[in-house]
Amino acid sequence: MTDTIDHDEAVAARAADPAAASETLVTVEHLSRTFDVSPPWLDRALEGMKRQIVHAVSDVSFTIERGETFALVGESGSGKSTIAKVVVGLMPAKGGSIVIDGVTMGEGSSRDVRALRRRMQMIFQDPYASLNPRMRVDKILAEPIRAFGLMSGRNRRARVAELLEAVGLHPRDGRKYPHEFSGGQRQRICIARALASNPAFLVCDEPTSALDVSVQAQILNLMKDLQDELGLTYLFISHNLAVVRHMANRIGVLYLGRLAEVAPSEALFSTPRHPYTKMLLDALPDVEMSGRARTPVTGEIPNPIDPPTGCAFHPRCPLADTRCRAERPELAPAPDTPANLVACHAVEEGRDRQAA
Amino acid sequence: MSESAPHRAEPDGEAASSVAAIESRPRPFRTALFDSDLLHAFLRSKLTVLAAVVTLVIFVAAAFAPWIAPHDPSDLASLSLLDSLTPPAWVNGGSTTYLLGTDDQGRDMLSAILYGTRISLAVGLASVALAAFIGITLGLIAGYVRGPIDSFIMRVADVQLTFPAILIALLIDGTARALFPSLTREESAFYVLTLSIGLSFWVQYARTVRGSTLVEANKEYVLAAKLIGLPTFVILLRHILPNIMGPVLVIATINLALAIITEATLSFLGVGVPPTEPSLGTLIRIGQDFLFSGEWWITMFPGAMLAVLVLAVNLLGDWLRDALNPRLR
Repeated sequence: MTDTIDHDEAVAARAADPAAASETLVTVEHLSRTFDVSPPWLDRALEGMKRQIVHAVSDVSFTIERGETFALVGESGSGKSTIAKVVVGLMPAKGGSIVIDGVTMGEGSSRDVRALRRRMQMIFQDPYASLNPRMRVDKILAEPIRAFGLMSGRNRRARVAELLEAVGLHPRDGRKYPHEFSGGQRQRICIARALASNPAFLVCDEPTSALDVSVQAQILNLMKDLQDELGLTYLFISHNLAVVRHMANRIGVLYLGRLAEVAPSEALFSTPRHPYTKMLLDALPDVEMSGRARTPVTGEIPNPIDPPTGCAFHPRCPLADTRCRAERPELAPAPDTPANLVACHAVEEGRDRQAA
Repeated sequence: MSESAPHRAEPDGEAASSVAAIESRPRPFRTALFDSDLLHAFLRSKLTVLAAVVTLVIFVAAAFAPWIAPHDPSDLASLSLLDSLTPPAWVNGGSTTYLLGTDDQGRDMLSAILYGTRISLAVGLASVALAAFIGITLGLIAGYVRGPIDSFIMRVADVQLTFPAILIALLIDGTARALFPSLTREESAFYVLTLSIGLSFWVQYARTVRGSTLVEANKEYVLAAKLIGLPTFVILLRHILPNIMGPVLVIATINLALAIITEATLSFLGVGVPPTEPSLGTLIRIGQDFLFSGEWWITMFPGAMLAVLVLAVNLLGDWLRDALNPRLR
């Protein structure tokens, strides 16, 4: 990797400017995204069916510092993948704004957007679907380089070989087709493709959930090493708390398209505040057999077409009262542990500590 | 398809002889498209190999008809009415000059069949190519863009399905005559037939391609291509199209047989190629008049040729469909 010009520039830039280490790279504000799942127009007109709108993501705000890993966790249907797709621009947002590296998504000149595209890539969930089965690996890796007009001819071939080595594959593997590789190797190729255009920001949508447990750690460690080496910033999406604990600096817990709690990794695992976060952590297998009392996970995530009033979590929450059913809580620092931003009336009122 | 099949044996045979060669050498293009599984499946099915050989022989014979055929049926100077209605060589009164006999104009049936197959195959291949082109283009657009454009294309396809090929052929034939009155049948027949068969067969491609495109467009490799800002047509041609060609090839093969039959039907009904440059269908129609007066060979031999050709191509298509469907293996 090290003989890449762009990379050296990036390293030099960071070394020259120490303030850059804590600079905000990604700012997401009040992001929302809805999907129209209404029956066809004719059915609505004839049978009086109503429009149906799924609120996949509502009013989500977070920031990601340069060089850190911000993780989003949540159950299926909580809107994790939707946020990933909206952030990288595969899907337009319905409301709110996303600013990446000073460029606002959906605004600005096409040149800015193109430059931004190059600086931002994505690693997908399913390594079996994310590589074109009819393309050789070296063509797959060369495609982003060519699309952004970065290098040509021999330089490009050298860069492809370098990328393959960077992710622990042999340069000769470039002549093979994706089906000749295992799942873990394919995910390495996907990482290499994401790195091909020298991005600063990688969105990882459950990058290990389709892999064997034995391979997951390898891929995660590779991603960590690359982050240290290249100064990458990750938005890491997962439903696996153990994986998130290993990877993330800060964690946001999503519930039904809204952030329930945002906290630094240690704070979230040591002092979880939101009842939903506690429920998730209680569900983790207890290897030490500490015999601590657990609240089992009860109920299911509600239908996002018809979300509950007030706090979305109230039907499953042991602390819910009338206020929770009526009024939606906002994300705010928790009274005793201000590192945790929590959207919960019970925490705000101190009811959770009394109960415990 | 059918032509290249027997050739595929060579590169694989070579590669198998040296394992080391496989390791270091890049895989040849052909093994990329048709991996060795397909070749094995092909060689295992004797019927398919036979069908491929028959198809190949007919294709070659048709392509080289001017060099193979003993007579030139379109050369009026060589025709002699004295030789008309000669029976095949092995029948009493037949002659070895005309192996399969002659028709009422004294044309050599063998030569007429070879030339006729040439026309039938040309029309068949051209109309399949046209139908595939229209169908793949519209199917890709419908499946990728979705929304109102998709609905519009697919409703047009539904309406199209209600018109039989013959009706469309008559329509196009009539329009062509009205627009270009100076055109003779000989000049226009090929285009009218190709256009009408092509326009009536595209729906099947469009539907299949649309369905496959819907599936492929949601796969993550297409998202990755979108992410690097590739233009839509590059995504469609470079990423989606190669991954949906399997079912298209199957339809194309089976449609070739269907197109040949449709051409024969149209020519039989008199909308197709004229008797001066007969296709298989025209020959069958001409011979039909003589069937009950004892000159059976004029209609039987072109009919047999048509049947064998269509059967062989159909067998190939069926095999291809099964071979490309992993669930049937």
